[in-house]
Amino acid sequence: MNKKLMQNALENIVKEASFSLRKDVSKLLRQAYSREKNKRAKKALAWILDNAKIAKKESLAICQDTGLPVIFVEAGKDVTINSSLVDTIKKGVEIGYRKNYLRPSIVDPLRRGKSFYKGAICHLDFSPNIKGLKVTILPKGFGSENKSQLKMFNPTTSLEKIEEFVVETVKKAGPEGCPPFVVGVGIGGTSDYALLLAKKALLEKIDRPNPDKFLNSLEKKLLKKINLLKIGPMGLGGNSTALAVKIKKAPTHIAGLPVGVNISCHALRSATVALKS
Amino acid sequence: MEKLKTSLTRNNLVRLKAGEEILFSGDLHTARDQAHQKLVEIIRKGKNLPLELKNEIIYYCGPTATPKGKAIGSCGPTTSSRMDDFVEPLLKKGLLAMVGKGRRSKKVREAIKKYKSVYFIAPSGCGALLAEKVVAKKLICFGNLGPEAIYRLEVKDFPLIVAIDSSGKSIYEDL
Repeated sequence: MNKKLMQNALENIVKEASFSLRKDVSKLLRQAYSREKNKRAKKALAWILDNAKIAKKESLAICQDTGLPVIFVEAGKDVTINSSLVDTIKKGVEIGYRKNYLRPSIVDPLRRGKSFYKGAICHLDFSPNIKGLKVTILPKGFGSENKSQLKMFNPTTSLEKIEEFVVETVKKAGPEGCPPFVVGVGIGGTSDYALLLAKKALLEKIDRPNPDKFLNSLEKKLLKKINLLKIGPMGLGGNSTALAVKIKKAPTHIAGLPVGVNISCHALRSATVALKS
Repeated sequence: MEKLKTSLTRNNLVRLKAGEEILFSGDLHTARDQAHQKLVEIIRKGKNLPLELKNEIIYYCGPTATPKGKAIGSCGPTTSSRMDDFVEPLLKKGLLAMVGKGRRSKKVREAIKKYKSVYFIAPSGCGALLAEKVVAKKLICFGNLGPEAIYRLEVKDFPLIVAIDSSGKSIYEDL
């Protein structure tokens, strides 16, 4: 794969994710705006929609928190993955951040000090169903990331308890996490994997139903419960506390039932590029 | 909506009520986690602060880099509660008000009441919209902290909502 072309493609998705709101997110935000009856919440939603327009027109970041870049690489069977390929991807993201005046938001966790661009997190997956590489960037802002939760339930726990945990996590997130949220839920796997699934759930199209019927009805039920919390945009109340709930599951151990919740602010940003080998 | 054309003073600040919206024109000083830690450390040691806090407003914000031809990059508020433990020493030095997003601790509410201050929230996750309200940006101190440095922002018609008023009343009492 041509290094230069790859880096350019990465720079482009950094730009796309940071300046242009995702179509599905923008659609649900507009729906929330037209549905909202609470005057102040409606005004806050209007600010959010205006903000997206200005960001795109002026090439300004949708949010000053341009996030910790999380990269998801999916490789088809015709691709050979090695460390230099991953380095090229990370480098492309770094250049994209620098060139587009995005905020260096990464620091040493203990020494802190001046922030820098280097330090994207990269997850690798393999898929027999695609050719070439599929690279997705999710710039994850920390106002909402700080609200993530993990709970290791007993295997005999009722579904109600799991629902309660998800709703309680959103309640705790409150206005600080920048509602209306998109709530990612990961069920199963190990502790780390449940949280990764929760994050990956944010990459699904949020205006489409979950192909798993059971999860789809659970998503709807949770969304309804969450919107009864009346937190709303900026915590001003109303019915728009979340735009969507997305759930992913994976097989787990007989002794456990991990549930991870990863919250995204209303500025759920991601962009994907397909690269041929 | 009330337009406050001149800088806020203690006198017109105490008249604002929780929930009220204003369009503020004047100066805001950005400061977030590390800047707060440094300021409070300087106060604790009894040394001179690198800026006058009296009658100033702190904005919890770390802007992006400034694109060519613009006054500032995206510049929305960050989560205020991370600064809760640093609030009182700054109010003691005469800080007028704070701008951020989200809830505050009980201790902060009490301090706001005691020092006749106000806590405002700004449209959260709307950094591009707010960038358009900034006329000028100037580095004041802690430049080695990059986006976490203290910048003076001259703003015009910057939308703010009173989240905690000077009597300690909060719009978040039910959350």
